[in-house]
Amino acid sequence: MSITAKSAPSAHVDAVAIRSWKVPILLGVLALFAVVVFVVLGPTGTATFRISQDNDAWQVPDLVLPSKAMGIIVSVICAALAYLAYSQTRATGKIAKWVLMTFTIVFVVGLMVWMIGGTTSQNITLVGLFTGAMLITTPLVFGSLSGVLSERAGVVNIAIEGQLLAGAFTAALVSSITHNAFAGLFAAAVAGVLVSAMLALFSIKYVVNQIIVGVVLNVLVSGLTGFLFEKIMKTKVDGVTIYNQPAQLPGIPIPLLSEIPIIGPMLFRQSLIGYFMLILVVALWFGLFRTRWGLRVRAVGEHPKAADTVGINVNRTRVMNVLAGGAVAGVGGAYFTLVAVSSFSKDMTGGLGFIALAALIFGRWNPIGAALAALLFGVAGNLQSILSLAGTPIDGQFLAMLPYALTILAVSGFVGKAMAPAADGEPYVKE
Amino acid sequence: MSGVEMGSSGTAPDGQGAKPDAPNPAPPEAKSAKENNGTQLVREIMSGNAMISVLAVVVALAIGGILIAFTDARVTAAMGYFFSDPGATFRAMWAAVSEAYGALWRGATYDPNSRTWQGRLGIFETLTFATPLILSGLAVTLAFRVGLFNIGAKGQIIIGATFAGVVGFMIELPPGIHLIAVVVAGAIGGALWGGIAGFLKAKTGAHEVIVTIMLNYIAVSLVLYLLKNPLRDPSSSNPISPAMHETAMFPLLLGPNYRLHAGLIVAVLAVIGVSWLLNRSTLGFEYRAIGANPRAARTAGMLVSRGYITVMLISGALAGLAGVTQLAGTEKTLDADIAGSIGFDAITVALLGRSKPWGTFFAALLFGAFKAGGTSMAINADVSIDIVAVVQSLIVLFIAAPPLIRSMFRIKAVRHEGVTA
Repeated sequence: MSITAKSAPSAHVDAVAIRSWKVPILLGVLALFAVVVFVVLGPTGTATFRISQDNDAWQVPDLVLPSKAMGIIVSVICAALAYLAYSQTRATGKIAKWVLMTFTIVFVVGLMVWMIGGTTSQNITLVGLFTGAMLITTPLVFGSLSGVLSERAGVVNIAIEGQLLAGAFTAALVSSITHNAFAGLFAAAVAGVLVSAMLALFSIKYVVNQIIVGVVLNVLVSGLTGFLFEKIMKTKVDGVTIYNQPAQLPGIPIPLLSEIPIIGPMLFRQSLIGYFMLILVVALWFGLFRTRWGLRVRAVGEHPKAADTVGINVNRTRVMNVLAGGAVAGVGGAYFTLVAVSSFSKDMTGGLGFIALAALIFGRWNPIGAALAALLFGVAGNLQSILSLAGTPIDGQFLAMLPYALTILAVSGFVGKAMAPAADGEPYVKE
Repeated sequence: MSGVEMGSSGTAPDGQGAKPDAPNPAPPEAKSAKENNGTQLVREIMSGNAMISVLAVVVALAIGGILIAFTDARVTAAMGYFFSDPGATFRAMWAAVSEAYGALWRGATYDPNSRTWQGRLGIFETLTFATPLILSGLAVTLAFRVGLFNIGAKGQIIIGATFAGVVGFMIELPPGIHLIAVVVAGAIGGALWGGIAGFLKAKTGAHEVIVTIMLNYIAVSLVLYLLKNPLRDPSSSNPISPAMHETAMFPLLLGPNYRLHAGLIVAVLAVIGVSWLLNRSTLGFEYRAIGANPRAARTAGMLVSRGYITVMLISGALAGLAGVTQLAGTEKTLDADIAGSIGFDAITVALLGRSKPWGTFFAALLFGAFKAGGTSMAINADVSIDIVAVVQSLIVLFIAAPPLIRSMFRIKAVRHEGVTA
């Protein structure tokens, strides 16, 4: 999938001569937004961020911020940074990275203060925000890592949704039958592999357009799991649906680490799947960018012909990566039914596979980037559900749009440049 | 049974057009697989033949049948004593499958035993279900021909329906004019939403697949927001709109006993229109040229970026019309689920129709029949309608990979286009 059709040439041109005004314009608009919304229309009173839970070992005092004053500070900083971006673009055509980073952080802080200050209760528990976000983030990370694995090798993976759903269903079924969550976890990985095997079969062996295969596989898995759910899982034996009572994976808190404020409950009171996720993100990053295997995979994704010339079996590499991606996404799917909730329901992945795709793109096809994007989207998603209960100045639906809008901005070059591997989506046929 | 019906849809596309379809636009030159994605897409869809389509439907139905048989309670019961009476298992399997597909067939065509009028002549339900599928399928088909993959039919349907709804339930207009205004508004809404993807593709190179997927979700959130606030029916606590005015609804074609509405006429006109556009107009020639080889089209002096923008505008408008037929034809009130599964069905319809306007028409009839029949199958044979999604997606997979079907039935490749094989 050549995300930016003109990407290769324009990337060079940008660096040399032509100035892109997209970013300064975007920052300017956001700074204006900050002035109008955070200051002029902003709430009065304070916004309280509670950091510790009552039963935490180390108590950290609440962070209480005056909304109006914070709004003014944030919009002044944003305006200054936007101007800096403008003058940097005019002078050199490039904007220093720290400008963008600082702008983003300051703007997000302003946004949070504004949103929390505008709710009726004017306070939020950060622990709840982040731990709740993990319920969304974990499957997102697995989904986007599945995408990283296959797209880095040049196979577009639109079927993440289907892989997650297959994993969730199979985990629930097998875990219910065997009363063993680990059997469910293993079966979920197998289910993910089966879905990705179809992706590999059709897109690599039969050279069917990869996007078509992905779209169709999603429909297929949705139909199949829906059908089997009705036929098998709803079957009652003695008034109980025995095939939809999966044994759960227990949470394993890590001593000491789990007591760190916010990060502890978020990262170190997880189930096995959660820890596996942390390891996998780092391992995959290391594997892709620091090992021979990664170099080969990336070569296959960027320039399959060159890779073939030096003796790498292009299509075998692709098949292996797609299958591995399926296993990863299957495990992510298992999270739904073995950890997050205690039973399978129809289409329970609810489009998270597509947000995972968005996280993958927003994270620039990099495991760590994708994981951070997944975290961002998870926090936004959880914030949406928290705020929808609390009554906010901004409708939760706009937060729900955030991942998608950011992704569109990313692929159209407003937020950095999202460049897919060069041969992503292009089948390789030996001549 | 449905296979027979499929025969017509499989063989008809080429001959049914107002004019015979222009020569296959799959370009004779350039076949490097690494070439433009869209080009290859167009060729993939064009290759293969009617036989493959029919066999694909038959195989998909057979696999669906296996699923139905093995999940049937009677079959599993009979399998318990399989070795003492193997015949019982097969009889139970036959009973399960014939019951399910029989109900599917009767629900989609004619059921003499039904107590209601609608139930008796399911063929009209088929046409009703097919109407939005035709329009949204055309939307995908048209974009395909330019080498663009419009996965955004869902979002365009939603925004189109929202625009149509605003005109339909917030404004009062005289009969006739009101309906026209609703249709135009829906087309504009869809065109705007599709146009965003076309514009970004043309101006920034943003991949239309990603953009349209993301726009689908944005559309859902946007309409949910609108339905919670300005567009909400004040008498309801759910996020749904007030009902459309009677003057804004499509007239029913066969009286109050059937849901079939004049939206079908709009859909047929759209098929004729798109067929003309693609095969007879200058714009259509440009579209096919761009779809075949964007670089060559650019060299020939065509504005590829303008092509991307206009085609996504028209494609979006068609999907928007599908939204109108949903809202002003059957649903009457707007909710966030107005598009249902039509957005993704549209892709399968376009693929089955081999991205030809009349092919899309017949493919939409087939999938409309699946939808109408699937409902009756769920009620009368206790087989979940999800099986329809399974069969549909299998059909498309098999059609997209002709070598698979060929090897299954040991058919020799009829044409050598060097693409999918």
